[in-house]
Parts: sequence; C-alpha cells; structure tokens
Amino acid sequence: MDAILLQILNGLDKGAAYALIALGLTLIFGTLGVVNFAHGALFMLGAFCAVTVGKFLSYEVVTLDPSKLTPWGTPAETRTPIVQQWFGDFGAFLVDYSVPFSILFAIPIMLLIGVIMERGLIRYFYKRPHADQILVTFGLAIVVQEIIKAQFGANPIPQAAPVLLAGSADIGAIIGFDPGTVVYPYWRIIYLLFSGLIIGIVFSFLQFTTYGMVVRAGMADRETVGLLGINIQKRFTVVFGLAAVVAGLAGVMYTPILPPDYHMGMDFLVLSFVVVVVGGMGSLPGAVAAGFLLGVLQSFASMNEVKNILPGIDQIIIYLVAVVILLVRPRGLMGRKGVMES
Amino acid sequence: MSLFDDNVNRRLILKTGLAGAAIATAPFHFVRGAGAADYRNMPKGKSVIFGFNVPQTGAYADEGADELRAYKLAVQHINGEGDGGMLNTFTSKELKGNGVNGKKVEFVTGDTQTKSDAARASAKRMIEKDGAIMITGGSSSGVAIAVQGLCQEAGVIFMAGLTHSNDTTGKDKKANGFRHFFNTEMSGAALAPVLKNAFGTDRTAYHLTADYTWGWSQEGSIKKYTEALGWKTAAAVRTPLGAGDFSQYITPVLNSGADVLVLNHYGKDMVNSLTQAVQFGLRDKQVNGKDFAIVVPLYSRLMAQGAGKNVQGIFGSTNWHWSLQDEGSKAFVKSFGQAYGFPPSQAAHTCYVQALLYADACQRAGSFAPCDVAKALEGFKFDGMGNGATEYRAEDHQCFKDVLVVKGKENPDSKFDVLEVVEVTPRSQVEYKPDLLGGQLGSCNNGA
Amino acid sequence: MSQNLEKIKSPLDMEPLTIEIHEVEAASRSNTARNDLILMAVFSAVVLASPWVLAPFGAAYPDLLQRFCIFGIFAIGFNIMFGLTGYLSFGHAAFLGIGSYAAVWSFKLLTMNAIPALFFGVVCAGLFSALIGYVCLRRAGIYFSILTLAFAQMSYNLAYSVLTPITNGETGLQLTLGDARMVDAAFGVERTSSLPITNLFGIKMSGYEGFYLCAIILIISFYISIRIFRSPFGMMLRGIKTNQNRMSYTGINTRPYLLAAFVVSGMYAGLAGSLMAVTDPLAGAERMQWTASGEVVLMTILGGAGTLLGPVLGAGVIKYFENIFSSFNKGILHSAFEFLPDGVADFMVTITHPFVGEGWHLTLGVLFMFIVIFLPGGLMEGAQRIGNLFTGGGKSNADSRSGQTQPAE
Repeated sequence: MDAILLQILNGLDKGAAYALIALGLTLIFGTLGVVNFAHGALFMLGAFCAVTVGKFLSYEVVTLDPSKLTPWGTPAETRTPIVQQWFGDFGAFLVDYSVPFSILFAIPIMLLIGVIMERGLIRYFYKRPHADQILVTFGLAIVVQEIIKAQFGANPIPQAAPVLLAGSADIGAIIGFDPGTVVYPYWRIIYLLFSGLIIGIVFSFLQFTTYGMVVRAGMADRETVGLLGINIQKRFTVVFGLAAVVAGLAGVMYTPILPPDYHMGMDFLVLSFVVVVVGGMGSLPGAVAAGFLLGVLQSFASMNEVKNILPGIDQIIIYLVAVVILLVRPRGLMGRKGVMES
Repeated sequence: MSLFDDNVNRRLILKTGLAGAAIATAPFHFVRGAGAADYRNMPKGKSVIFGFNVPQTGAYADEGADELRAYKLAVQHINGEGDGGMLNTFTSKELKGNGVNGKKVEFVTGDTQTKSDAARASAKRMIEKDGAIMITGGSSSGVAIAVQGLCQEAGVIFMAGLTHSNDTTGKDKKANGFRHFFNTEMSGAALAPVLKNAFGTDRTAYHLTADYTWGWSQEGSIKKYTEALGWKTAAAVRTPLGAGDFSQYITPVLNSGADVLVLNHYGKDMVNSLTQAVQFGLRDKQVNGKDFAIVVPLYSRLMAQGAGKNVQGIFGSTNWHWSLQDEGSKAFVKSFGQAYGFPPSQAAHTCYVQALLYADACQRAGSFAPCDVAKALEGFKFDGMGNGATEYRAEDHQCFKDVLVVKGKENPDSKFDVLEVVEVTPRSQVEYKPDLLGGQLGSCNNGA
Repeated sequence: MSQNLEKIKSPLDMEPLTIEIHEVEAASRSNTARNDLILMAVFSAVVLASPWVLAPFGAAYPDLLQRFCIFGIFAIGFNIMFGLTGYLSFGHAAFLGIGSYAAVWSFKLLTMNAIPALFFGVVCAGLFSALIGYVCLRRAGIYFSILTLAFAQMSYNLAYSVLTPITNGETGLQLTLGDARMVDAAFGVERTSSLPITNLFGIKMSGYEGFYLCAIILIISFYISIRIFRSPFGMMLRGIKTNQNRMSYTGINTRPYLLAAFVVSGMYAGLAGSLMAVTDPLAGAERMQWTASGEVVLMTILGGAGTLLGPVLGAGVIKYFENIFSSFNKGILHSAFEFLPDGVADFMVTITHPFVGEGWHLTLGVLFMFIVIFLPGGLMEGAQRIGNLFTGGGKSNADSRSGQTQPAE
C-alpha cells in the first residue's frame, strides 16, 4: 500500500512537468495552429535561467595567492563570494533561495524570448504546413541547444534546493502509516503544488478574463474572431509568450530535481507530444489530465512487480498508451469531436 | 596518392559513363596502391598521423574535450615541445622528444557523438581519408567495442580511451585493440574489501542498473564480490538509459529492507540518480539499525562535480585521480594544469598515457606496423605513468595496475577537489585469469 | 474503418503543395520520358564518377562515399512515402535498423555473402513495415507521425535493453569468430583466426568495391523511384496528397495504396540498413532512435521533398556535414585561412570556429532553419531558382510557383 502511494506521488510529480510542458504546447497549437518542436528548448531555457541566476548570486572574486601554489604550479586562488560579502545574511539567504528567486527573473526573460520567437519566426509559419512548422522549430531547438552547450558545457549543472526545503517529509506518519515508510522530498511536494498553481492561473486567465475569453474564442474559430475586428495577432503573441513562461517556470522549478543540461529539452519533447496527443490536440484540460495520467502509469510500470511480469514495460509504456489511445479514441481523452480528428 | 595517377583517361570515363570502366579501373588502382605499402597507412613522409576519436557532441562532450586536451599535450610532449610531462617519469626512455621513429606526430580529430555508428564513421574517415596510423579515444564501452572491431578489420591499432566494461578486453577483445583503463571486474575486486571495512559483512544491497551492456557488466561484478563478502542482494532493477527522473526506481528502495544502494550508472544518469537518491533522504536513513549507504562503483570526477555536495562520503572506484602524489601523476598534473588552468580528469589521464604508450611501443618496435607495435605492447611492463607498476597483459591486451578506491570528499578545497583516495588496492588483488571473461583475441591485422 | 477514412483529411495537406514537381510539368509524356532518360544517365554518371567528382571536396574516401549512397537510398525511399503522399513518418529509422540486424544475422548464421544479407534485410524490413504501416495508417496527419514515432521509439528502447540477446544492445550486433555461418561451412569456406569479411562472390565489400555495390544499388533504386513517380500508382499517391477526400469520393479506397507506398519505402530503408551492414558488419540500436528518423526527414526536406533528386542531395549534404565539418579543428582552420593576412586569418578562425568541429550541430540547425524559411522546396528549389536566373527560360515554371513558395508574409 505504501509502495503504491509512493508511486502515485512519483507519478504525479513527473506528470506535473509533463503537464506544464504539454499545457504550453496545447495553448500554442490550439490558438496559433503551430506545432512547436522548440517547446522543449523553452523548458530548458527556463532551467538555465535558474542556472544563470545561481551563477550570478554565487559570483566570486578571485584573488591570486602567490604564497600558495596549486599542484600544477600556478598561484592558488582564493575565492570570495561577492553577494554574501556585500549583503551579509541577506546575501546568504539569496544564494540559498536562488532557485525560487530565479522565478522573478525567469518570467520577464521567458516572456521576452517567447515574444521574440513568435514575432521573429513563428508568425511566418501560421499558414505553412505542419511539416514546415515542425522542421523550422526543430532547427531552432537545435540552435538554442547548441548555444547553451557552448556557453555552459555538456555536463549537468546541479542547482540546490533551499536548505530548509532540501529534506523530505514523512507523509506516512501524518496519514497513519508506519513512520519512515512514505517519505517524500519537500521540494517535490512544492513542485507539485507549484504546477497546480500555474495550471490554475492559466485556466482562470483563460476562463475569467475578457482577454482569455477572446483567446478561447480564437481557439474555436480564428477567422470569425478576426472578422469581429479584434486584433487577434497581438493576442496570439501574448499567448505564445504565456506558453513560453509556463514552460520556463516548469524548467526553473525542476532544476533541484533534475540537474539541468543542454539536452534536457529534447528529452522531454517527444514525451510531451505524446502527452498532448493522448490528452487530445487542442484540449487544455486534456493535456493536464494526460500529463498526470501518463506520469502515474510510467511510475507503476517501473515497479519491480510489474517489470518481472513484463520486462522492459517501463521503457515503452507511454508509447504503448499513445498507440492504443490513437487507435481507439483518436481525438484523445478530452479532445473535442472533430478537432484534428482523422 | 592522387586518384589520377594511373593512366586512365578521366574524360573518357565521364563521357561514356560506363559503369564497367569505372569499376574496372578503381579497384585496379587500389590494388596497386596497396601493394606498395607493407601495412595500412604506412607513413611515407616526415610525419605520422594519430587519429583522436572523442565525443564532441552529446552527453559526454565535456569528457571528450578533456580527452582532446590530453592528446594535444601528449603530441606536444612526443614532439619535444612543452615540459615533457610523464615522459620524464616513464620508465621506458626510448622516446627522445623528436617524434616517433624520427617522424613528427600530427593528429586528426573526429566526433564519436557517443554513438557506435558515428564513431565508426569518423574512425573510418581518419583511416581512409586522413591516413591515421592509430585510432584512440572514446568515452563509452559501446563505442570502444565498435571502434575496436573496426580497427581490427581495417588493420590499425586501437588504443581504447575511457571504457570500463569487461567486454572491451573480455568477450569482445581484439588483437589490434589495447586498453589501459580498468574494468568492472577490477572495480568489484577493489571495492569489496573497502566496503567490508566500512559497512561490515551483514548488509543487503539494492542495485539500480543502467539497462545496457556496461551496466549489466558492473552489476554482475559488484554482486559477485559483495555476495562473496556475505552481503545479500535485495533486488537488481534495470533503469532505462537517460531516464532523467529516477524517483520511481528509488522509492521502492525505501521499504525494501536493503541498507546499501549500488548505483550502476555513469554520466548524466549517475548525477541524476545520485542527486535524487540523496533527495529522498537515503543518505540519512537508518535501516536495521545501520546507517544507509550509497555506492557508486565507477566515479568520474567531472561527473562528481555535477553531483555537487551529494557525493560527499560516497564510495566508488576510479582509474586515476589528480591528487595522487607519485612523480608521474605530479608531472602530468603540472603540465596539464599549466596548459589549461585546471587539473586533468581520469579520462584525460588514460588517453594521455595511451598515446605515450603507443608512441613508445612504435619506437621500441622501430616500426609502425600494427603487428610489430602490438608485439611491443604485449607483456610490456612499465612504471611512472601514475598507476604504479603496470603491465599490458599479452593474453587479453588489458593493463593491470593498482586500482583506486575513492570517496566523495567531505570538505573540498576547490571545485576540482571532490574525491579523496581511500585506498590504493594493489594490482595482485584485482588480477584475474585471462580466460575468465571469455572472448578470443584472434590474430593481429596489418591491413595490407 | 474505411468509412472513418473517408473523413480523413491530413492536416499536413491543409495547405496547397509548396513544392511542385518539376518533372511533372513537362509538356508531354514523351518529353518526360526523354528527360528521365537524360536524368538517369547524368545521375548514373555522377554517382559512378563520384570518387573523382568529390575529391576536391575532401569527400572521396570509401566510407563517406558508401554513406552518401546508403543514405541516398534511405532518403529516396522515405520520399516515396513523404514526398508523394505527404504522410510524415517519424519512424523510418526502425526499418533501417531492422534491415541492419537482419543482414548481420545473415552473416552470422548463414554466409558472408552480401546477397542473402540484402535479401533478408529487405524482406524483414518489408514485413515489419507492413505490420506497423497497417496500424499507423489508420490515422493521418500528425497522428500518423506520432504513431510511427511511438513504434520507432518502442523498437529502439527494446532493442537497446530487453532484446539484447538478439540485438546485443548498446554494443551493437557484431560478427564473432565463433559464428555458425552454416552455408559457408557447408561450402567448406576455411575458418581463419581473423574475422571473415563480407563479400560478393569473392569480391570484398569494404572500400571502393563496397562503394560500387552501393552505387549500383543506388542507381537501381533511383530508377525504380522514377518509375514509381511516373506510374499510375505514383499519380494515385499524389492524388492522396493533394486531396484525399476527393480520392475517397471517387470510390477509391486509398488505404491499400498508402500501405503499399509505406511498405515500399520501408523496404528501401531495409535495403539501406542492410547495405550499411554489408559495408560495415555492425548493427547498433541507435540507428533506430527517433533522432535518426528525424535525420532522414531533414535530408528529404533539405534536398526537396517530392523531387526525384532532392533527397539524394540532402542526404549527401547532411552526411558531408557530419563527417567533414565535424573534423575541422583550429589547426585545420588556420591552414585553410593561411592565404589571408595574419590578423584577418585569426579573425576568420575565431568567427568560423564555433560552427565547425564540435559546433557542426549548430551549423546544421542554422542551415536547416534557413532552408525551411527561405527555400521550402529545398536545395532543388534553390538550384531551380538559380537556373531560372540564368536561362530566364523557365518563366512559366517560376510563375506557377512564385505564389506558393514564398514564406507567408
């Protein structure tokens, strides 16, 4: 029982990342009709926002100390972290909380990147075939990835969660299991809550604001909304920016769980496309639900008990589910009838 | 060696476009060309070309970059530039700093992408187009085995870079291939006594294993040696390569009753799984009244840097570490550090040593012919290369030397100072019979 | 199911074709036939003479020449599916991988002769693609892409891990001294202490001999592809691309045609895969990864999807990048810019260095974006535009295309 509970938690956590990426993908696909293969790169860029902030906060002044030598004979370096030196305890606090702090920094940056991407490239592809969209965004993803690699190297760069949140919570003890059986890291719980929050914000933005209403109308029928004299173009730009921010924040908060490297976007890309399809192209609730569902399924498939019966099932479960869904219910879990159905 | 040096009217071929003519002439030319040399890519001019085949893109690009740095240094030292590095401490004094066999060493580079196909393609380019006499490098066993096979067929020597799987000099060993790096069998043999001292004999291990050849090889070796100590194995779970999030494999450990977690992961997988295992509180856990322990049987400092604080106190093994205090290591760290500003990794070390060993063997053989060089390397005993007294065993072309057992350092001085050497396991303890791992060397191939 | 299919309108087809096929526009059938003959003759001549033609580019060594041909075949096959029907498969690498595995097993179990290896490679890939195609073709558009992607990824993941007894996993399937080679044994081929080499009735299949085998097969494949393009079957496939609904309304069940095209292109992939094994007897799982499938998509689009020559051209360009650009290091750059004054040379090295060597991926990405944005018809379109500039004669061609090939806005 405790094992199952843990796997559900694991799955939800993994699913939260899938859901956030898939949410942005669906937003873009639903409103702009663009298949964005560079969305994984946006997730990765978000993570590297955290890396950059971390780097700035831990910036050190290097002084050479000629009296001490390194083993290779150059003067030893003493490094003094600037932020702590200047701001004292507050500086130390900032360094400790650099990941959550990066959120403030990541929002404008990702928005800017999203807007530039849409204005500079994507908008020329609204009317082009999906194949062209896939290819140009794929090319862009490669370029972004290589630039990051040139800048930060290929190895993962770990980002620590704040010390206070680095431990794990004994959930088992709280809900009546033996203590120590259901232990879950604080940060993963925070990630889960955080993604819930983001999903909530996006949905209420679309549901309860006039702006969002127009966007939703645009998703349903772009031409008519255009005919009403509404500048749908501008809104599309904002939607793209929003999707970029969602992907970016997913990336920022994921860094303590998965040390970011330049390739992490590609690793998530294929899976999140599968999530989008399973959820139903163009369906936001579908993307979210499918993200969590596939996360949980993947966790269960990884259990020894399951793997002993079906070896290798954890490697293919997501694809298997996608195949079954597409064959049985091509519109996806929550896709509207007729949308992209074939 | 121009394609036009045989007396074929090129325009005629193009004009008629006859397949027959082209087929008839091309092999003719190459048969003739081949007859002139005693072996593949026999150097004719004043220089000889080495081929450095390292990952420049993909997950191991940083290790590949470090390997390339080491190779460049080795070439400088062989050609008599720089401070000579380990040539000063190497027990064989044949290399005089004037190249090899009187020829200056030049090199070409290629990108393996850590894929067997790409690695073979770039190795083939260096052999077929650039005329490389020897191929060396690589950062994974799959690639090493694939390229080693290629070099055997092509008839050049392969000096393996970082490859840890038993198969490289076991099941898949080849007469033209040589490995200086250690293997999982040695890791197991070296780690076991240290683990016994640290954790006792009454332990239950839980393995998480990367689901491919190297992972299985390491899982097998560690199991074999820990079970000989009296440890039990609770489970050995295979994880997909590049899984990213390992949480679903880690949580079952919590209630499995195991008190040691063995992570048979390397590279990115190792950084991720270790980070996450620590996150789940495994390091602070108590099971059966004992402190829970994590073991990473193959450490890489470059990667350990990636895992940050999480490696502190965690045991593993490594081929070499820059903090070693023998003369050879000191000389190498000095010249590498002065050239690049930071200490070399174990990948850089093994590649540097391989390049020097190859050059030395050529010098001793007085030839670049693969079979002569192989003979010179087989059974070659040497010292002063950072690993103590070492021997290239003739039976399987594997180097036997001391193995380092290391531990994540608790209070590192710098960001390079992540590992501390716990024990240097002597060579006698990690040696095994040549037929233990199977495979056949076959006969060496000169390629002509 | 077929009723379901009648509603199918591939989203990939929602836009009019951006790529017109030059050859189709030829005025009359006899004209086409004559042009095809010329095309065939020139193509064969260039391919067979490539060891000479490509020498100035530093690409004239057997392995790369073989790769040009093999990936040319792969891309030609892919083009039959994607270029003609518009169905974008992201899983073709799986068939390539299966062709390789089948070929290596044929070497291991039967004989080192190339013919059975090629035969089994093509047949296995054909069977497998029939199976996968039958399932995937129930959907169109991006769903079809995702289905093929899912199957390919499953094949890759399993081949890498659980299926290791068959595939030898990460290390790749290789020949060993102890292989059975039953047919060879029956014919009394001597066992040597070194690995046997692949051969075609005694001619070794590495080096230039291997290249000429690949070249001849490439030429045959190209010929078959021309025949398919010109055949009623090809017209049918093009009809599906232009408007599948209309095809269905005229009472044609398009699925068998699609499946046939899919299987043909799968067999091409299998052929390419087995040729890879023939010239270099090793089969690795990474050949099946989705990025490998992406690569053939890139090749086809880069050269020009739906054109006859484009895919071969694209395959050549990408393989050239991968093998030659990646080998440029600073030393080579310095000698390349030697003719310039020192300061300028250093500057050139500095600005070009990020794009070669370990940065070749970056160049590929940039090139790719450039092509998709400015030349949606690929290199073939570029060549045609340049051609039109000089001749001025292809005015009607240019006009018919100009409205479509420009990027939106």
